[in-house]
Amino acid sequence: MENTKYQAVECGDCNTCGKCFNKVQDGTLYTILIYSENQAGILNQITAVFTRRQVNIESLNVCASSTPGVHKYTITCFCQEEMAKMLTKQIEKKIDVLQARYYTTDQIFTIEVALVKISTPVMLQDQRVNLIIRDLGARIVEVNPTYAIVEKKGRTEEILQLYERLNAVGAVLQFVRSGHIAVTKSTVEQLDRYLERRQQNR
Amino acid sequence: MSNTITGAEALMRSLEHEGVDTLFGYPGGAIMPTYDALYDHKDTLHHILVRHEQGAVHAAQGYARVSGRVGTAIVTSGPGAMNTITGIADAMMDSTPVVVICGQVGAAMLGTDAFQEVDVIGVTQPITKWAYQIRRPEDIAWAVSRAFFIARSGRPGPVVLDFTKNAQTGMVDYQPARVDFIRSYDPVPVPTDDTIRRAAMMINQSVKPLVLVGQGVELAGAHEELKALLEKAQMPAGCTLLGLSALPTDHPLNMGMLGMHGNLAPNVMTNQCDLLIAIGMRFDDRVTGNIDTYARQAKIIHFDIDPSEINKNVKCTLSVVGDCKDTLRRVTELVDAATHKAWIDGFAPYKEKENHKVVEPAIHPKEGDLRMGEVVRRVSELTENKAVLVTDVGQNQMFGCKYFQYTLPHSVITSGGCGTMGFGIPAAIGACFGAPDRTVCMFAGDGGLQMTLQEFGTIMEYGVPVKMILLNNNFLGNVRQWQYMFFNRRYSFTPMTNPDFCQVASAYGIPSRTVTRREELDEAIREMIATPGAFLLQCGVMEEDNVLPMTPPGSNVDEMLLEIN
Ligand SMILES: Cc1ncc(C[n+]2csc(CCOP(=O)(O)OP(=O)(O)O)c2C)c(N)n1
Repeated sequence: MENTKYQAVECGDCNTCGKCFNKVQDGTLYTILIYSENQAGILNQITAVFTRRQVNIESLNVCASSTPGVHKYTITCFCQEEMAKMLTKQIEKKIDVLQARYYTTDQIFTIEVALVKISTPVMLQDQRVNLIIRDLGARIVEVNPTYAIVEKKGRTEEILQLYERLNAVGAVLQFVRSGHIAVTKSTVEQLDRYLERRQQNR
Repeated sequence: MSNTITGAEALMRSLEHEGVDTLFGYPGGAIMPTYDALYDHKDTLHHILVRHEQGAVHAAQGYARVSGRVGTAIVTSGPGAMNTITGIADAMMDSTPVVVICGQVGAAMLGTDAFQEVDVIGVTQPITKWAYQIRRPEDIAWAVSRAFFIARSGRPGPVVLDFTKNAQTGMVDYQPARVDFIRSYDPVPVPTDDTIRRAAMMINQSVKPLVLVGQGVELAGAHEELKALLEKAQMPAGCTLLGLSALPTDHPLNMGMLGMHGNLAPNVMTNQCDLLIAIGMRFDDRVTGNIDTYARQAKIIHFDIDPSEINKNVKCTLSVVGDCKDTLRRVTELVDAATHKAWIDGFAPYKEKENHKVVEPAIHPKEGDLRMGEVVRRVSELTENKAVLVTDVGQNQMFGCKYFQYTLPHSVITSGGCGTMGFGIPAAIGACFGAPDRTVCMFAGDGGLQMTLQEFGTIMEYGVPVKMILLNNNFLGNVRQWQYMFFNRRYSFTPMTNPDFCQVASAYGIPSRTVTRREELDEAIREMIATPGAFLLQCGVMEEDNVLPMTPPGSNVDEMLLEIN
């Protein structure tokens, strides 16, 4: 499912309709987890690897990790496995990058959050709006006479479906997705292992 | 006792602490506090004032390549820093350890488009191993030590230190630093014994092994280890452009140069061997030709220190990631002595064919204009094949590298990955400082010579004893050859009207001589060698000569042209 291509919404060609979120992409969706020292300019260096290799970043999330002083990057992209391998090696080559690994969707727990700002008048007029929200397990987190805010956690397909359907009834004012965040399913913490090994080699 | 000094002074002490003895540089506003500090360190930090910042980096590269040490360049902000870009990119492509220190506006002015402010880190990050902005004097000792550690360790490369003015003028309690560990950076991976065993087993099982020798062998100082492996298992080898002096030219197992303008035998045999053993080389497209047909029949072992080179261009059967000085030694212990006589004998017919059709006419022409090949070979022979070869880029480079002969390590300095015209003169200047006991012979074309001609000033000022051989064909020869072969002989902007180069040299007090006749060549070369200090030998060579053999771009590695129809 998520391991295959995203379904294109709207016309399937962003260059024509201007509304599509996803072109139909070749390859598999890989999630690349990267850990780096907390130094300035690393995000630039990481994204430059994708640019040089002509791989589009689907989503990107950066935040502090559970290890003090270490930042975690969650990046998803569609590509062949060979490319995912090459990308991780070239990223890992950057001096202040501790580790980069690629995963298919079945090797990780991954989730995405989206917010849809919708028009309250439309919501009140058109019963389908509430149905859609309930149907897709989203929730309304804020309402005022002008707009309501709908929050949805889940897989990208569900999120896109929510947007799609709300948009079809003319309710959407704004839409945003957080990008994927992910943790591995492995019972081994690769980063900790790496740091221990490096400490021993010191 | 307090050790409070300025940041600029801290930089001087940090450089001395790293063992730096030579700086190639050019001053300017944003680096002036540092130049002021340098004034008191002239005895220990020998500063060479180049004539253009590109020259500073190329000189640092020449210094590094010939000596195996880190080369250092120092320039001002904005335009000074931007003039170093070509050299930095070149050093990145050719894995050359250099540290480039650029002045920068004060930290408070960063991002305001201040006078001579350029986002140097932003510009250089993609073409450096590490680029770091020093904004506080407290960071100097650490940053300098880290810079040199990163530049020289693992797969070497260029590092940029962007040094803000306030960090130069601010005061700091200086304590020397020594960085030799970075937890996010593992410069020398060590392969397991199992990997080594498997490599040895593959070599022992091979009937037709071929070794590809790259610059990695030079960088690791693994010359003896390479020879030991080759000789024990009697395996023939070919060298990449940058790996040419990793194995003496006359070693019986050295089958010549690889790649587009390399020798016929090793290129043809690449597609006949059953095992390809690549050592410290990166399967550049100039080496492989059409990658889809490259060594498809063979198993491949790839020895490299950089994991990201493995399977980048060519998929290998086994990778041995580590320092080849260590890995070659370990593998050699497990390798059986062998002869491979029939296989080695198989190279001879190709060698003879190339000798007959290409090499002999190039180095011993009976008549006609002087040829680049004969000039190069005679310079090599008359310096007892012991000189350091530096080249510019173009036909002069290919003839230079092919027909020079190497007996000593670290003897070929040429711009491989970038192919930077203008590299020759400044790199040769750097090589003279890096190896003061050796003769440095620099070959350039009339195009490339003029790209960094102003460095004649540096040669003059410091009495740099570089022997420059101008192979003048009044053309941008290499491009002309491609126009001849692939663009219907339409010589679009490749003929050149040239100045009197000897007069230019004489304006700088550099003795020179022009030779156009074969009978005078030896004597002219002898004069060049016998003249103390710098010399420019201008050779008027055949205008429309072609570098052969050649694998046309996109062709298979074994489809070399020996002549052009
Ligand atoms: C900075 C730079 N600009 C352009 C080129 C493209 N180029 C490669 S070889 C060559 C011709 C070199 O001519 P010349 O220096 O006269 O040497 P020759 O080939 O005649 O020996 C050119 C223009 C280059 N390699 N580097």
